[in-house]
Amino acid sequence: MSIEARGITKTFGTFTALQDVSLHVPTGELVALLGPSGSGKTTLLRIIAGLEIPDAGAVLFDGEDATGRNVRDRRVGFVFQHYALFRHMTVFDNVAFGLRVRPRPVRPSRQGIRDRVMDLLKLVQLDWLSDRYPTQLSGGQRQRVALARALAVEPRVLLLDEPFGALDARVRQELRRWLRRLHDDLHITGVFVTHDQEEALEVADRVVVMNHGRAVQVGTPEEVYHHPASPFVYHFLGKVNLFHGRVEDGQVFVGEIAMGLPGDAAPDAAEAKVYVRPHHFDIDRKPNGRGHFRARVVHINPAGPQVKVEVLTEWGEMAHVDLPEERYRTLGLGKGDEVYVSLKEERVFIET
Amino acid sequence: MSSSTAVRTLAAARASSTTEPAFVRFGLLGVALAFLGLFLIVPVAVVFEQAFAKGGATYLAAVGEPEALAALRLTLITAAIVVPVNLVFGLAAAWAIAKFEFTGKSALITLIDLPFAVSPVISGMVFVLLFGARGLFGPWLDAHGLKIIFATPGIVIATMFVTLPLVARELIPLMHAHGTEEEEAAVSLGAGGWQTFFRVTLPNIKWGVLYGVILCNARAMGEFGAVSVVSGHIRGVTNTLPLHVEILYNEYNSAAAFAVASLLAALALVTLVAKRLVESKAHSGRNGLTASTGERKEQDEH
Repeated sequence: MSIEARGITKTFGTFTALQDVSLHVPTGELVALLGPSGSGKTTLLRIIAGLEIPDAGAVLFDGEDATGRNVRDRRVGFVFQHYALFRHMTVFDNVAFGLRVRPRPVRPSRQGIRDRVMDLLKLVQLDWLSDRYPTQLSGGQRQRVALARALAVEPRVLLLDEPFGALDARVRQELRRWLRRLHDDLHITGVFVTHDQEEALEVADRVVVMNHGRAVQVGTPEEVYHHPASPFVYHFLGKVNLFHGRVEDGQVFVGEIAMGLPGDAAPDAAEAKVYVRPHHFDIDRKPNGRGHFRARVVHINPAGPQVKVEVLTEWGEMAHVDLPEERYRTLGLGKGDEVYVSLKEERVFIET
Repeated sequence: MSSSTAVRTLAAARASSTTEPAFVRFGLLGVALAFLGLFLIVPVAVVFEQAFAKGGATYLAAVGEPEALAALRLTLITAAIVVPVNLVFGLAAAWAIAKFEFTGKSALITLIDLPFAVSPVISGMVFVLLFGARGLFGPWLDAHGLKIIFATPGIVIATMFVTLPLVARELIPLMHAHGTEEEEAAVSLGAGGWQTFFRVTLPNIKWGVLYGVILCNARAMGEFGAVSVVSGHIRGVTNTLPLHVEILYNEYNSAAAFAVASLLAALALVTLVAKRLVESKAHSGRNGLTASTGERKEQDEH
């Protein structure tokens, strides 16, 4: 089932949580709402679910207006950030809840409920814990129970609020791959909220980047990562170095160094923001003819696939450089070394 | 060897860091026990001692007297009406306060506490001024042949007023702490309002509800001030147990007074035992869960 949000606006008192946000999720797609806290992503998800009523705008399911429809009639599976498992019920009863509260004519038989619940618990690999209580489970297990419970009512849409937010790093990684596989198997339309760009880029088919109650960019993970529409998106998706420069003769100068050409012609003396990803720097011992600046190595962290080098630029700003381990060894870098830093790629935004 | 010594020293250090010298411990304990004994245990013991001072026959006569039985019946009837009404009110108020945002919420919370802030005698007077013969609604009630003051309805209303905060006060913090997520989950799974309440909300707060009911019941049976004002002290008709005790005492019939008082004291003791049971039940429920988390960790490592 496809989801469409049209011109959604929502305010809480004087705080504007969402401002004219529109969104389209085609059937079977998994979309991430990505943004910092307070960007309105959870509010948007709750409005889609019907847990919150928008001040203006409409929510359409399969092109049909569902704005006025009650939560229970929307048939959405909602997975809460803190799981919201019924703490006085066993895992089995939690998952069975949605089936047991159905009106008698459409309620499955006792055996039918039992079979369906056990199937779902097998799907989330927790059938051996069916008689436990939520407090007896680990975070990852609770998360999967919450998912099984949401799936039990055969939702047409699956909505997940920060599904991995409360889990530790290792469990998180496992679970998000597992969620992606599950989504591919079930082919259910899904929307999840996250503030973790890595999670959004890895799991989602499409990413909606949100900020201050607006959707600032919508695109595939590749698009939003490689072609960020605004400084905010660039900043939010991954680590980045920011240098402030000014435009002169069609070139951007940071300090005395020409750092690259902006795409469009810009008036002289305009303010420019130059963004460089840490792995888009290169470090040399000697000038190599490319545009470069001088810097001094301040700190080196060689743990990890990329060696993280912190340098102090000649105009006195810190820059974070990621070097491949090989390159680092060839250079034989040490703390306090004077080096030449060049740019393989940068992105310049002219302030208007 | 050295490590085990170190462990022992550490344990000793930990024990001494939170423990006071023996004389301080026994001193504090002694003060607490002496205080409890003097102000709680001795009076209760005296009640029973005095009740039986003139022998079992006198006791039974005092308790079995028609007026005493009528007072007991009125007390039980009052509690039987007041407790359910306050339970429903408490649930509704706590639900509204904990789960919804609305204007006037803080005013409602303050208002709920009003009966605690006002002296019970004043509460009684208010109802006399409202429903009494010369009260605001007095003439109207009189014209319709309804009698509230100096009758059972007045006693029920006054008791209800005085005990109103008890259930709500117990539930508001509890429901507040639980939040609304589980209810939202229930609704998103297709549950209706009543299903959500009975299957999700109520089980989560049931011990709090029971605790509130027990407190409310204890107060409803024991209330003196407010009831005294509206009752009129008509023997065998509008006397509750506490009022009956007072009448007997004022008539220098102390054996009978203490005999009836022992009934009230017995009701109070039953209430205390019930409260204790509820507390330990609620507590062991929680304990049972924490105890098994150790088990869970083991299985995680498999």
